[in-house]
Amino acid sequence: MWKSREAILALAVLALLAVIASRFPAFILPGNLARVFTDTSPLIILALGQMVVILTKCIDLSVAANLALCGMIAAMLNGMGVPLPLILLIVLALGAALGAVNGLLVWKVNIPSIVVTLGTMTIYRGVIFLLTDGKWINAHQMTDGFKAFPRTSILGLPVMGWIAILTVIAVAVLVNRTPLGRAFYAVGGNPHAAVYTGISVGRTQFVAFVLSGALAGLAGYLWVARYAVAYVDIAGGFELDVVAACVIGGIAIAGGAGSVTGCLLGALFLGIVKNALPVIGISPFWQMAISGTAILIAIAFNARGQGPKGRIILKQAEHRA
Amino acid sequence: MGILTKALTTAAIATALMTGGAHAETKRIALVVKALGIGFFEAANKGAQEAAKELGDVEIIYTGPTDTTAEGQIEVINSLIAQKVDAIAVSANDTDALVPTLKKAMDRGITVISWDSGVAKEGRLMQLNPSSSSLIGNTIVKLAADHLPEGGDVAFLSATTTSTNQNVWMAEATKVLPNYPGINVVATVYGDDLADKSYRETQGLLQTYPNLKAIIAPTSVGIVAAAQAVTDAGKIGEVNVTGLGLPSEMAGHVKSGASKSFAIWNPIDLGYSATMIAYHLSNGDAKAEPGAEISMGRMGTVKLDENTEGAMADPFTYDASNIDAFSSIF
Repeated sequence: MWKSREAILALAVLALLAVIASRFPAFILPGNLARVFTDTSPLIILALGQMVVILTKCIDLSVAANLALCGMIAAMLNGMGVPLPLILLIVLALGAALGAVNGLLVWKVNIPSIVVTLGTMTIYRGVIFLLTDGKWINAHQMTDGFKAFPRTSILGLPVMGWIAILTVIAVAVLVNRTPLGRAFYAVGGNPHAAVYTGISVGRTQFVAFVLSGALAGLAGYLWVARYAVAYVDIAGGFELDVVAACVIGGIAIAGGAGSVTGCLLGALFLGIVKNALPVIGISPFWQMAISGTAILIAIAFNARGQGPKGRIILKQAEHRA
Repeated sequence: MGILTKALTTAAIATALMTGGAHAETKRIALVVKALGIGFFEAANKGAQEAAKELGDVEIIYTGPTDTTAEGQIEVINSLIAQKVDAIAVSANDTDALVPTLKKAMDRGITVISWDSGVAKEGRLMQLNPSSSSLIGNTIVKLAADHLPEGGDVAFLSATTTSTNQNVWMAEATKVLPNYPGINVVATVYGDDLADKSYRETQGLLQTYPNLKAIIAPTSVGIVAAAQAVTDAGKIGEVNVTGLGLPSEMAGHVKSGASKSFAIWNPIDLGYSATMIAYHLSNGDAKAEPGAEISMGRMGTVKLDENTEGAMADPFTYDASNIDAFSSIF
């Protein structure tokens, strides 16, 4: 059944491309598709982290703030002359640490994840302001190497796109081929049963948050280097796009169900819509409505695909009572 | 602060106050800014000092709170009232909160004007705006037209569809378009003041309009994102990005050539003009009433509207020749 849902989504993506091509043929040239994929890379990377968190029945609303904070720190480190490989390691570690804060609060203090991450979302944005006094770091304050890395083209696709592909593969292996990956599904699918099989629910959720945080940290560097600017509000509201990509991709918000392919397709769907709307000459006043409708339709499809509800087997007993 | 420094400061202030009394003919004009240590206001102070030098009998007291709060400004203004300065020119942290204190100042015969960020009408004699919507609208079109002698296609990249400022500026720009023959506005897109959306919208423009010659972005987020998108598309020299931005944010893009020029108000001119106006009002050789024209030295005159507000000048144009001097200021 999973396969067929992803097939439907893949068809939807192709149909979308066909509609766009009918109005703006140049959109589906290979070079442009590579550009769209690269543009969607941060969304893909964050959506994969979010997927793992959602699988464990949690949600991470702090990803965009985490991205902004790590991006700002990356830009500041660059200004201090720290070499790029070290910056990459630091943003990964910092992102993971910020994710760990979420994870610990969910695991040890038992606060619902939506509350925890709403709180840390504001805190992380606040920290950027404290670090910078609201000042921007601009293109000319970043070294050329810092800005060039995500743009460097390998086999026609910029490094940023390759990083997204590598992340997809790594998360796919993690989720499908390791005990930890199965634990994510078990914890979200049936927490009580997971405990009986010896899986610590809280610990698994913690690991999911750390993973999501680390990916957000990585995306933070990519974002800042690509747009060549860092300030408090970068990627404002992006967490909602990330959650939307997961939902479109068929990741069950109740946890325990979803696939990497679905998540990838969900992110691509949103990414294509975002990139296509400016070129097919639709009034900007309609753009948000169109994005919203696409999300609702996708979710309606997914809800239908949830399968039949449980049967009431004691109807008679119910009547008697 | 050690005791010695404190004692010395007290002595210094006392001396300053006494000498202030001695030179009664010297006008003491206080330039109250939103907060100390902000490049924009330091530059305004530079302009005020220039005006003081030109006028001769003026002493500038450059002051403000350490953070951008209305309470801090009220404290500063109270101490200026106690010092009996001749005029206060304030860029306010709050439109209404400063009014009672400023009224008190006016009751004591102090000339009060606001500049940059204004206060409510009853709290000042006049407000000096850096520019006006119609001047801004004209400037952004002119910036594009100046580099397009033969005309060509241009597009607007705005903030959100509901941003009041940007919409007014673009409406004013559209009004003056007939004065710029050959300039053909092909599209208006909205980047929502998000770097990524502005970048994407710019890419969309570059694809949809291969003959596009200029992008006008009257928003500081949009202009930077558009310049980056044009750079990444390898279209430097083909497509000129212009509009309103800050020199510190645009320095790199002006140097790369992605933006030939852009505009924003000049804080030096603003401090200069505010000082000139405060001086004339305080001297009584000008009156702040609707329709009045007040001289601003080298900046010409300012005409007050029915709200006793006036616009200083066209936004100031920044390009490769002056970007370095200003990028360190704001």
